[in-house]
Amino acid sequence: MLVLVEQSLNGLQFGLLLFLLAAGLTLVFGIMDFVNLAHGSLYMMGAYFAATFVAWTNSFVLGILLALGATLLLGILLEFIALRHLYGRDHLDQVLATFGLILFFNDAVRLIWGPAGLSLPLPAWLTVPVQIVPGVFYPAYRLSIIVVALAVAALLYIVVMRTRIGMLIRAGASNREMIGALGINIKLLFTLVFGLGAALAGLAGLMQAPILTVQIGMGENILILAFVIIVIGGIGSIRGAFMAAIFVGMIDTLGRAFLPDLLRTVLSSAAASTAAPALSSMLIYLLMAIVLVVRPEGLFPAAKR
Amino acid sequence: MKKAFWLAGATILALAQPALAGDTIKIGFVSTFSGPTAVIGNDMRNSFELALDHLGRKMGGKPVEVIYEDDGQKPDVGKQKTEKLIQSDKVDFIVGYIWSNVLLASLKTAVDSKTFLITSNAGPSQLAGELCSPYVFSTSWQNDQTPQAMGTYMNQKGVKSVFLIGPNYAAGKDMLAGVKSTFKGQVVGEEYTVWPSQLDFSAELTKARNSKAEAIFVFYPGAAGVQFLNQYTQAGIKQQIPLYTAFTIDEITLPLQKENALGVPGAQQWVNDLPNPENKKFVEDYRKKYTGLRPTFYGAQTYDAAGLINSAVVAVKGDTSKKDEMKAEMEKANFKSVRGPFKYGNNHIPIQNFYLQDVVKDAEGQLSLKTVATIVKDDQDRFHDKCPMKK
Repeated sequence: MLVLVEQSLNGLQFGLLLFLLAAGLTLVFGIMDFVNLAHGSLYMMGAYFAATFVAWTNSFVLGILLALGATLLLGILLEFIALRHLYGRDHLDQVLATFGLILFFNDAVRLIWGPAGLSLPLPAWLTVPVQIVPGVFYPAYRLSIIVVALAVAALLYIVVMRTRIGMLIRAGASNREMIGALGINIKLLFTLVFGLGAALAGLAGLMQAPILTVQIGMGENILILAFVIIVIGGIGSIRGAFMAAIFVGMIDTLGRAFLPDLLRTVLSSAAASTAAPALSSMLIYLLMAIVLVVRPEGLFPAAKR
Repeated sequence: MKKAFWLAGATILALAQPALAGDTIKIGFVSTFSGPTAVIGNDMRNSFELALDHLGRKMGGKPVEVIYEDDGQKPDVGKQKTEKLIQSDKVDFIVGYIWSNVLLASLKTAVDSKTFLITSNAGPSQLAGELCSPYVFSTSWQNDQTPQAMGTYMNQKGVKSVFLIGPNYAAGKDMLAGVKSTFKGQVVGEEYTVWPSQLDFSAELTKARNSKAEAIFVFYPGAAGVQFLNQYTQAGIKQQIPLYTAFTIDEITLPLQKENALGVPGAQQWVNDLPNPENKKFVEDYRKKYTGLRPTFYGAQTYDAAGLINSAVVAVKGDTSKKDEMKAEMEKANFKSVRGPFKYGNNHIPIQNFYLQDVVKDAEGQLSLKTVATIVKDDQDRFHDKCPMKK
């Protein structure tokens, strides 16, 4: 029973981290209708910035804040220099251009930081396990990911749904000309949205960095999951991204945790331990396929345009 | 008219190329030079280049040409690159291969074309057993051997139960099977993770903690090893259940693992401080040539591969068409290895010592690996009986 609690927390933590990545992607992809494959590169840059700034400032919190600002700036710069010329083009051009950006970022990182990768050590107060219920210990850092991601989710929801800026973002997405005619600087608005998306990706990257390593191409594997999440959740829907991310995180973790034992009841032990990882990694794609068949728009599609 | 002249000139030059080829020793080198594990490939390339420097970039009096190809850690890509090197570049030797699954995919092409293949890392059990070949040599080990040594060490330490974690591919299965073959206690759990995409081990670590095992054995090469140690330490399991490893801590991962790696023993057939003159020269010159870097066991094995090839080429005075003579020479392992002397078994896998390595602070105040003890002497892999080649 306690194992189930702990594994659920593992799933929740993984899901919330995926949400940060997917939320940024759904802002850009769903609301601005821009396919940005380089979203994973921004995730990587967030991690590299964090590792660099934490080493420079010798302070974890300060380094992370600086890294967050740097990713935001990088996103704005990227949008200004390269991406804004692509809004009018079709998705294939956007895919091609942003794929080029992935290669560019990977090589830029190799040039600046070298091929070996970096590590982002945690401060001592975050490395201790915390007892949440008697008998269940959970790493403090993973708990802090849960807290931060939940706070960001709430903030994002309020900004997009309850503020004037959020209203303009939603309006601008459904009719760019109309909002321009109302005297709103739509270009600036989109630059800001892209910067926000970049900052979210950067946040996901830098929060993941102490758990994983900071390395070239780290965003590519996880980006696929982010796309799966926005497909399941419904393109452009923050709420959908949130729910779907938690689904995916839970299914992935619980599948890995309990599928081997489940399979061992029908298969031989050796066959089960080989088949289970393969099967559990297929589960989320299976879920995506089912969702696409039953509700092609996703589970929580954004309001009709 | 002018165009035709240039065209003719270019054609003649292109045709002249194969005639020149016989005057160089051509070596194809397949490893991973892109993606997260490119650091391993770079270390192998660095060590091979250093070995060539030491040989004066000549073998048997002929200049050496190396063609490096990137397998991207993918079996299908590795196979393509191997085919390209053998069929269009017509290399005399092919070296490298970090990953067992990439090697297994590429093996047939090399064997069918009778091109000598020297694996300087991957050692899948099939290669030592039923798939052994007169044209394939290893300068590393069979996958099971290193974890077998770790299993033996755990017996010595009196460990009664263990939880095994490794990646779900050819080498991962070999490694865990290796521990199981020598470990006398109880295996209370065995987890395989999706390779190489799974980076979060929280579910497996939770299971390991709840298994109440006395020890955890883990095999994760490269960056995954850094991630595993991070998460193992952060989850507080380091204070509860000690970790035993093979190939998880090396000179590439150590600068990233830092203090997390302290007190985690590993088994290895080469450690940077092995006391022989070749090794001293290798480690010193490597650190001189590549400032800021330290060689790993991947590099040491690849350095040895250059020595092995050189011994064969010297024996036939550069005439690489004399394959039988080259094979006979290589079987003698007649070169100075950086791990000290070793000999080949019937299946062309080294018979060698395995050492216990520990993480310590060295004279320069940096974390470094140190040989603590010899766990097994002159170990021969357990698949050599299945190899049809007999001595």
